[in-house]
Amino acid sequence: MIRNEVLQSIVPVIKDELVICNIGSPSQELFQLDDQPSTFYMLGTMGLSSSIGLGLALAQPQKVIAIDGDGSVLTNLGTLPTIANNVTDNFILVIIDNGSYGSTGDQPTYAGMKTSLTAVAKACGCENVVECRAEETADELKKALAANQMTVIVCKCESGNVKVPVISMNPIVIRERFMAEVANRNA
Amino acid sequence: MANSISERIVDDMVNAGIDFVTTVPCKQLAGVIDLVEKNKKIYHIPSNKEDEGMGLCAGAYMGGKKPCIIMQNTALGVTVNTLAALIQYYQIPLPMLISYRGEVGEPVACQVEMALHTKPILQQMNIPTFHFHKKDDVEELSDILAYTQMCKKPTAILTDAAFWRVS
Repeated sequence: MIRNEVLQSIVPVIKDELVICNIGSPSQELFQLDDQPSTFYMLGTMGLSSSIGLGLALAQPQKVIAIDGDGSVLTNLGTLPTIANNVTDNFILVIIDNGSYGSTGDQPTYAGMKTSLTAVAKACGCENVVECRAEETADELKKALAANQMTVIVCKCESGNVKVPVISMNPIVIRERFMAEVANRNA
Repeated sequence: MANSISERIVDDMVNAGIDFVTTVPCKQLAGVIDLVEKNKKIYHIPSNKEDEGMGLCAGAYMGGKKPCIIMQNTALGVTVNTLAALIQYYQIPLPMLISYRGEVGEPVACQVEMALHTKPILQQMNIPTFHFHKKDDVEELSDILAYTQMCKKPTAILTDAAFWRVS
C-alpha cells in the first residue's frame, strides 16, 4: 500500500474527527479523497503538523488526529519530546512512514534506513507508540480513538504518489472553516 | 526592579487574555518565563525550537486560545518561513515577546551579529515591531497585545538590555 491507499482506508475512521493534515501530497490527496470542514490543510511549513495538532488538542477537548510523514517528523524531531511531556489524551499522531520524501520526488529518508521513528518516539518518552503495517492503520486508529489515550501510530507503507492537483482553497478560508467547525463542536 | 517589570508583563498578558504561552529560554526573559510557568491562568509549554513553538501556537489559536511566544531575536533566523507560510498566510495573531540580545550592554560578541539583522528581517516581513528600551516603554504592552488580536498578525516586542537593566 502507498500513502494514498492508506488515506483511503482511514477516511471512514477520520471523517468525523478534527484532522491536521501534513503539507504537500498528504493534504492534496486527502482533499481530493474526502474534503471535510473538520480538516485543516497545511499549505506550508513542513514539519509542523504534529505541533499544530498538539496545540489544538491542548486547547480544547475534542479529539485531534495529526497526519504526518516520516520526512516531516525528521525535520521537526523536537516535536516528539514536547508531545511526550505534554500528555493530552485527545491527541493521536499518525506518522505515515513510507521511507521517502514523497512530495519532492521520493528521495529516501533516514527513517527508511537505520532510523526507527517508533524507537525514537519511545525514547522521547511517548507512552503509547504503535508500529503497524499499512493495512492495519485503520484498525489501529480505531483502537486509539476508543482507548482515549494519547497515541503515536507509525504506519509503515510503500513509497509512491498519485497525481492530484494542488489545493486552491484560500488559506484564510481553510482556517476560518476549520475554526468554525472546532467552535461548533465545543459549543 | 527587573522582577517587578516581569510581573507587570505577565499581568498585562493575563489581562489581555493570553492563556497559552510557549517559550524557548533566554537569560533576560528568565523572570518572565518563571512567572508564566507559575501562573495558573496560562498553559505554559516549553518548545525545543521556535518554529515548533509557532506551530503549537497556531493549533492553540484554532482551538480558541490566545497564544504568545517568548523567544530570543536569534530565533528570527529560524522562523522566517513559519512566520510567512503559517502565521501570516493563515492570519494568526501572535505576539512575540523577544529578548533583543546584541544591543548596547551585551556581553557576548556573537549576539551582535543577529542583532544587526533583527530589525531588517522584521521590516522586510512587514511585522509590526515595538522596541522596549526604557522602563516606561512597558506601558504600551497592553495596547500592543490588543492591536495584535485586532490585526491578526505576528507582532514583535523587542526588549533590550537597557530595558532589563536593574536600576
